[in-house]
Amino acid sequence: MTQSLSSKSTSGTTRRTRHVSLGDRLASWIPKLVVSPTLLITLIFVYGFVIWTAVLSFTNSRILPRYDFVGWDNYVRLFANERWMVALKNLGVYAFLFIAICLIIGLLMAILLDQRIRAEGALRTIYLYPMALSFIVTGTVWKWMLNPQVGLEQFMISLGWESFRFDWIVNPDFSIYTVVIAAVWQSSGFVMALFLAGLRGVDDSIIKAAQIDGASPITIYTRIIIPSLRPVFFSAFIMLAHIAIKSFDLALALTGGGPGISSDLPAIFMFQFSFNRGQMGIGAASAMIMLLGIVAILVPFLYSELRVKKDD
Amino acid sequence: MTRISLKHAKKTVIAAALAGSMATSAVAGEVEVLHWWTSGGEARAISVLKEMVESEGHTWKDFAVAGGGGENAMTVLRARAVSGNPPASAQIKGLEIQEWGDLGFLATLDNVARAEGWDNVLPPVVSDVMKHEGSYVAVPVNVHRVNWMWVNPSALQRAGASVPTTMAELWETAEKLKAAGITPIAHGGQAWQDATTFESIALSVGGPEFFERAFVEHDQAALTGPDMLKTFEEFRKVRNYIDAGSPGRDWNIATAMVIRGEAGMQFMGDWAKGEFSAANMSPGSDYLCVPFPGTDGTFTFNIDSLAMFSQRNTANVEAQQTMARLVLSPEFQETFNLNKGSIPVRLDQNMAPFDECAVSAMNTFQETSQSGSGLVPSMAHGMSTTSAVSGAIFDVVTTYFNSNMSAQDGVRQLANAVRAAQ
Repeated sequence: MTQSLSSKSTSGTTRRTRHVSLGDRLASWIPKLVVSPTLLITLIFVYGFVIWTAVLSFTNSRILPRYDFVGWDNYVRLFANERWMVALKNLGVYAFLFIAICLIIGLLMAILLDQRIRAEGALRTIYLYPMALSFIVTGTVWKWMLNPQVGLEQFMISLGWESFRFDWIVNPDFSIYTVVIAAVWQSSGFVMALFLAGLRGVDDSIIKAAQIDGASPITIYTRIIIPSLRPVFFSAFIMLAHIAIKSFDLALALTGGGPGISSDLPAIFMFQFSFNRGQMGIGAASAMIMLLGIVAILVPFLYSELRVKKDD
Repeated sequence: MTRISLKHAKKTVIAAALAGSMATSAVAGEVEVLHWWTSGGEARAISVLKEMVESEGHTWKDFAVAGGGGENAMTVLRARAVSGNPPASAQIKGLEIQEWGDLGFLATLDNVARAEGWDNVLPPVVSDVMKHEGSYVAVPVNVHRVNWMWVNPSALQRAGASVPTTMAELWETAEKLKAAGITPIAHGGQAWQDATTFESIALSVGGPEFFERAFVEHDQAALTGPDMLKTFEEFRKVRNYIDAGSPGRDWNIATAMVIRGEAGMQFMGDWAKGEFSAANMSPGSDYLCVPFPGTDGTFTFNIDSLAMFSQRNTANVEAQQTMARLVLSPEFQETFNLNKGSIPVRLDQNMAPFDECAVSAMNTFQETSQSGSGLVPSMAHGMSTTSAVSGAIFDVVTTYFNSNMSAQDGVRQLANAVRAAQ
């Protein structure tokens, strides 16, 4: 009996333990197995290539990668290049205006859409739709609209407003702002969708309580709702910042970096020097500066945001 | 014979080259050609070569990468070269041939060149571009003349203006056109078009010797001298005679303005002729091709060429050498250039089938290459200098043209940029 019991129990336990351990092992391995190819691909094709670019930026590579190290030479040449300085200055203007205007317009549109209006679904789709277009299409369409001879200016003149002038796209002092206009048009609907989702996530009972206390709608928005959207601001900011820094296709399609080099951006500079002008070393150095730009914005931001969350 | 040692490979290459030059294609090989001749006339022109290569028993593998200036094609080529599998031949031009040669990728064509007597039919300025360390590594396809001016004679007639032959006359004509409400100069405000205009003015102002000292030798004295200052000043005047819509405009849209008579003149290379032909206009009556004012008797050349990459397979080497021979054959030169709007690169070419613009360009090409003066490489089209230096010049020229920079500052920045990029 004991023997049979023990044999039964041992066989039972062994079967069970084998069964369970196999299942457990599988269960614990499956996520790793599923993630590992993408992890590997990311490690090689993102971080590996970042490291390769960093190495190339210290070599005198011209049309092909070469490994004659020249120290900081490429960075010195880069910052002595007047065109790079124009591109950096343009990026500063463009990124600041693009992010600020997108956040403001996106938030305002979200608040207006949140007023329980009719046909909200249709309106939301209309505002979000520009996001479905590629930046190349946006750039081409706005290029026509802003062209003083076929676009808006000509249209207003044909309506009878003879003195109407809107020639920013051909004016070197203003061309970068036309890139801002097109980029805001494309992205603010997306920011609106983010904020709208955030607004819907705000706890109704807090708002009701505030209403009972007699707070005006403006107070409710400025004191309660908008501060509680902080995480949404955070993700919107990160999305917009990296769109801004890597901006390439929009400016290329809209202005081609011109007139002259007046709307040049670092991404265009990087592409041209690496691939058209046979100066891969300088191109790699400019790419590293762009990466450092993103890191310099994101690291402190991430650090403060994540710490705030932990404290909560 | 599956694994060939390097020495062995060299021998077989030479043997195959000899066989190729005798045009006895015993072994059929494959030739893969990377190019960006993808627009209508260009595609037709290159398909002629495909047929010729195939009629010699080889296979042609087309590797066309669209994108006007060839940037996309060059990116693809680099990827293929880095992975150790370059195509047999690629459309590379000017100083880039030297860069690829320095990297050790290119195959020699000396056997074909000797058998076909290339040194006798090509002007030395052209063959120099095709040689790396004294051996032919590339074969020229055509010659473009860059310093042309395209004129709509009826527009000039309406304004009571005459065709200018000097810079001073150019501004007079432009003034008259402007007064008559016609855009004097059709211009596309892209960096390379600004540079094309700039180099024609430099040639007109300083002559071919100044041009070579500035854009080929990068002589600082020439870059900062009075001729360069004058060039910048004259270049500034162009801006008074272009329309507001020019920034970012493609060159063929600008040509269309001349075709429609909205504009009087355009400064552009002879690829513009294709647009006029497509609009069924005939040279001499509907439109005029005249040298850029003050550059009569000089020739700024832009040569398209096919560089040959080293191949491992002997049959493919033979196919490659056959193709090189065919490219310079008078038959191909004729059909290709009739379609492309350019002129043949052979000095002994029969010009009977060509139009008067091409004949006039050919005459100047022959005269200048025989006299040895007046035939200069185009800076704006990558013939005179590395892409790094010409890119630096582009940046200064286009910034100057689109701002209120003074001519003195332009000269100073140009000299600095050239020195920094060298």
